[in-house]
Amino acid sequence: MRASGISALFIAAFALAIAPGAAQAAKATKYQKMVVEGSPAELFELVGEDLWQKKQGPKNASLEKCDLGKGPGVVKGAYAALPRYFKDTNRVDDAETRLLYCMETLQGRSRKEALKRPFGNANKPSEMEYLTAYVAGQSRGYKVAPGMSHPQEKRAYELGKALFDTRTGLYDFSCATCHGEAGKRIRASELPVLSDPAVARPVMATWPAYRVSNSQMKTMQWRINNCYRQMRTPQPIWGSEVVNAMHTYMMVTGKGAIYAGPGTKR
Amino acid sequence: MMTKWILGAGVAALAFSPLASAEPSYAEVQQIIKRDFKAKGQAKMDRLDQDIVQQVCTQAHDKPPADVAKALEADQFKMFPFPSGSLIGNWQNGGKLAWSGKGMQWNEDPKKGAGGGCYNCHEIAPERTSFGTIGPSLRAFGKKRGSGADMQKYVYGKIYNAKAYTLCSNMPRFGATGTLTEQQIKDLVAYVLDPSSPNNK
Repeated sequence: MRASGISALFIAAFALAIAPGAAQAAKATKYQKMVVEGSPAELFELVGEDLWQKKQGPKNASLEKCDLGKGPGVVKGAYAALPRYFKDTNRVDDAETRLLYCMETLQGRSRKEALKRPFGNANKPSEMEYLTAYVAGQSRGYKVAPGMSHPQEKRAYELGKALFDTRTGLYDFSCATCHGEAGKRIRASELPVLSDPAVARPVMATWPAYRVSNSQMKTMQWRINNCYRQMRTPQPIWGSEVVNAMHTYMMVTGKGAIYAGPGTKR
Repeated sequence: MMTKWILGAGVAALAFSPLASAEPSYAEVQQIIKRDFKAKGQAKMDRLDQDIVQQVCTQAHDKPPADVAKALEADQFKMFPFPSGSLIGNWQNGGKLAWSGKGMQWNEDPKKGAGGGCYNCHEIAPERTSFGTIGPSLRAFGKKRGSGADMQKYVYGKIYNAKAYTLCSNMPRFGATGTLTEQQIKDLVAYVLDPSSPNNK
């Protein structure tokens, strides 16, 4: 019963995703309606829940025993408390790198296989995007409270803060070049000053997010990766200390917000 | 000489700043960056090597001491290959380049070249209603300031290497980085200055 419900939802979302852009106006109206009627982010949560429970990998195991920081199998409130330090990995993990760890340890999958396709596209979202949406959705209503006490958590925050102001890449940009001053835009896009807690709170409370403009669920690993692409640097390695430190810095800056994601963005 | 002095100042600043134990040093951050990125497409690892401008602006949080900025701006200016003759190219082509934000990213074909992405940050001609606000408005720039040789040189220079004018400017060094060619920069100068460009109507 539930499965068929999900299939119907999936087909509906798929149809939207591949809708031809015949008339820009019709498309805009459809998007507005979609946003009003309820975010398709919910679909991603439902598919993600199925993937969470699905037995996969050489160990034919699900992720249901995955420890996201609140103990094995506890998903409620976990996303809002990430990134944080984990003793078993001896590093600061966010939801995505933690999911990868569980795929490797619980399901026996290789890092290479599990990371084959961390970023999906409109026609084919990635497993990581579905799972992250599910895990994030289980934190709705929880206060954003990433790890801030372990030395490695403090270090991740400080590294992220330093990276925020580091000029790099072919175009000499730092994060602050675009996200450092209030009221600025790139073309029509408003740029949140992510070093300002009042601005960071609503932003960090709504990632991951479904982007209506390209019909995709996007995660923080992707968001940071895509900023660096536009900064004309080489590619940050998925789940690396750099990316997780940036994520930590922004989440700590946004601490205290009531988590309300996955969000829906233009 | 200048470079040595700046490096010395940087090291001294680090030594005297009250570092919390969690705070990574400048050198550590640079090391971590080089470890955690990988070359992809046309975006090679050398793009992570900070030159003196990036280094000083990073360490000074974009607010370098005035004398340091002045000396380094002069150094940047010395590297200019200013073309002789008129710097006014074709404003029609300049308009296209000003609008295009493409180029130099790891997912793009380097053979296709780059745009200037000017509208990402600047208001220019009224023909484009979607523009960013990180940089100042350039609306009617030529009409207000004229389009003589000095103004041509100024606009060409700003596009070629904005850091020669304001060391920690937000603007990329489009000429010095090889993003735009001499002709493309001339076309952009025309779009900004030429009396017949829609920017000056």
